[in-house]
Amino acid sequence: MNTMNFPAFTMPDNSAALPIAERCDSHLARVLAAGEFAVTGELGPPKGHDPEEVRSKARLLLDCVDAANVTDNQAAVVRMSSIAAGQIMMAEGVEPIIQMTCRDRNRLAMQADLLGAYALGIRNLLCLSGDHQSCGNHPGAKNVHDIDSMQFLRMMKEMRDENKFQCGEEIPGGGPRFLIGGAANPFADPAEWRPYRLAKKAIAGADFVQTQLVYDMERFREYMKRVVDMGVAEQLKIIVGVGPLKSAGMAKFMRDRIPGMTVPDAIIDRMAGTVADIDTENKPERNAAWKAEGIRICIEQIQEIREIEGVAGVHIMAIEWEEAVHPIAEAAGLLPRPIIEA
Amino acid sequence: MIVAEQKPLNEIKAMLEGCNKVLAVGCGTCVAVCFAGGRQEVGLLSASLRMSTDIDGAAVDIDETIVQRQCEKEYNAPLEAELEQYDAILSLGCGVGVQSLAQQFPGKRILPALNTKFMGYPAEHGIWEDRCQGCGNCVLHLTGGVCPVSRCPKSLFNGPCGGSQGGICEVDQETECAWNVICENQLRLGLFDEMMEIHPAKDWSSARDGGHRRIVREDVRIPDEEKA
Repeated sequence: MNTMNFPAFTMPDNSAALPIAERCDSHLARVLAAGEFAVTGELGPPKGHDPEEVRSKARLLLDCVDAANVTDNQAAVVRMSSIAAGQIMMAEGVEPIIQMTCRDRNRLAMQADLLGAYALGIRNLLCLSGDHQSCGNHPGAKNVHDIDSMQFLRMMKEMRDENKFQCGEEIPGGGPRFLIGGAANPFADPAEWRPYRLAKKAIAGADFVQTQLVYDMERFREYMKRVVDMGVAEQLKIIVGVGPLKSAGMAKFMRDRIPGMTVPDAIIDRMAGTVADIDTENKPERNAAWKAEGIRICIEQIQEIREIEGVAGVHIMAIEWEEAVHPIAEAAGLLPRPIIEA
Repeated sequence: MIVAEQKPLNEIKAMLEGCNKVLAVGCGTCVAVCFAGGRQEVGLLSASLRMSTDIDGAAVDIDETIVQRQCEKEYNAPLEAELEQYDAILSLGCGVGVQSLAQQFPGKRILPALNTKFMGYPAEHGIWEDRCQGCGNCVLHLTGGVCPVSRCPKSLFNGPCGGSQGGICEVDQETECAWNVICENQLRLGLFDEMMEIHPAKDWSSARDGGHRRIVREDVRIPDEEKA
């Protein structure tokens, strides 16, 4: 990959664009516009239809995040709809960021569901390609991919800023004014391409991105330097993914088995070292030690990330471990979350 | 070429249930080149079916033949004279070949022995790869000669996505990331600007999404009065 020679690129001027808080009516947008260091979390909807499962997870995130993602059939496994779960969350006082993938819907269904989501009061959207169905629980499904994530961002921007459906027809009463987000993986290949792809997302219409989990700080700093030099960070808000590790095994699994994920050996060694003096049969104590160390590493990483130029916030992904978000946010000095009047 | 592969023997056997005499018809064009439905494959499959149905105690009599191009009726026409004696035709043609026979011989059951996979490229002896899905609106001039519709599992137009790792696609460890190749090609050709364009949403109406497809070329059609 090192043989690739990428030409220089500068972001096109966007000085005429509305300030982020005026593009949409979202709390997260106001936090970002105020220059506050944003905190987002993540809520995975249940595999069933029990609203209480959403409510109890939402309560764990309340007051420690500015908004929380609601995943859309994450890992291509069927779960409660992100829009429905998002509305249940809203009733608990947590602002949702609805995820939507290009895998499951064509442009008609996307626009229809997002008009509906907006009507229900949802204001933040994350536009994703979606994990391939072969990794989920319906591998025989037909995937859609009518449009890709870049075209999705563009469609949402045109709906909001030009009041137009994707086909060009006018939206009666105006388009939905979502805060539009995308995903970014700083560690995928070709590595040199990653800042350019982020630039494309900003040009396509992203107001913000959330990144893949970051463990490799050195590589992330290099990425951010390129992103800042290109002028991308001035045009979109970059919220950096962090997550507490639960065990040394999880760290190794992420390093070895998750595409596009790098976990430095130093972190794996640290996780392994923390249980060195605990009997291998003493599972509860080992798990407690691992979790405590995972939380400590996460807190340190947030503090490091906060100092990197161009970073607008952190996205704390504590998957099936929502209880960890509050202590992490608190110890990292991110609480209380700002209250900003609309 | 059109690339196909033979269905599992048991599946083919199940289709033959109730038949006493069958004509296996190969095709001498694409499926012969990809070793799925040429003369040799017709012979091997017929022999396997004869043996297998015999062991099961319900032997099916199978005759073998091949036509040069099963997708064109002129090549299939000579089969008609022999068909009466058969309960069914087992076609080793592609999906187009099977349907040509079905259309041409409406009184006869036509059974497909192959699964038609894609329009593909023989990457090496014994390996074929999908190269074209016939979407009807070619973009290869914009993508460094690599088709993202057929070669990217998500048919992305603005890749490479976050699942590209070491030039390999996250969906399948055996598959090159098409957009990684596009990126390399565009850089080599000095066309990286194309990579930075936001390729707009594709108009899929030229693909099967637009309805059943048909091409009418008035310049090459034969006038009705001359057809007779």
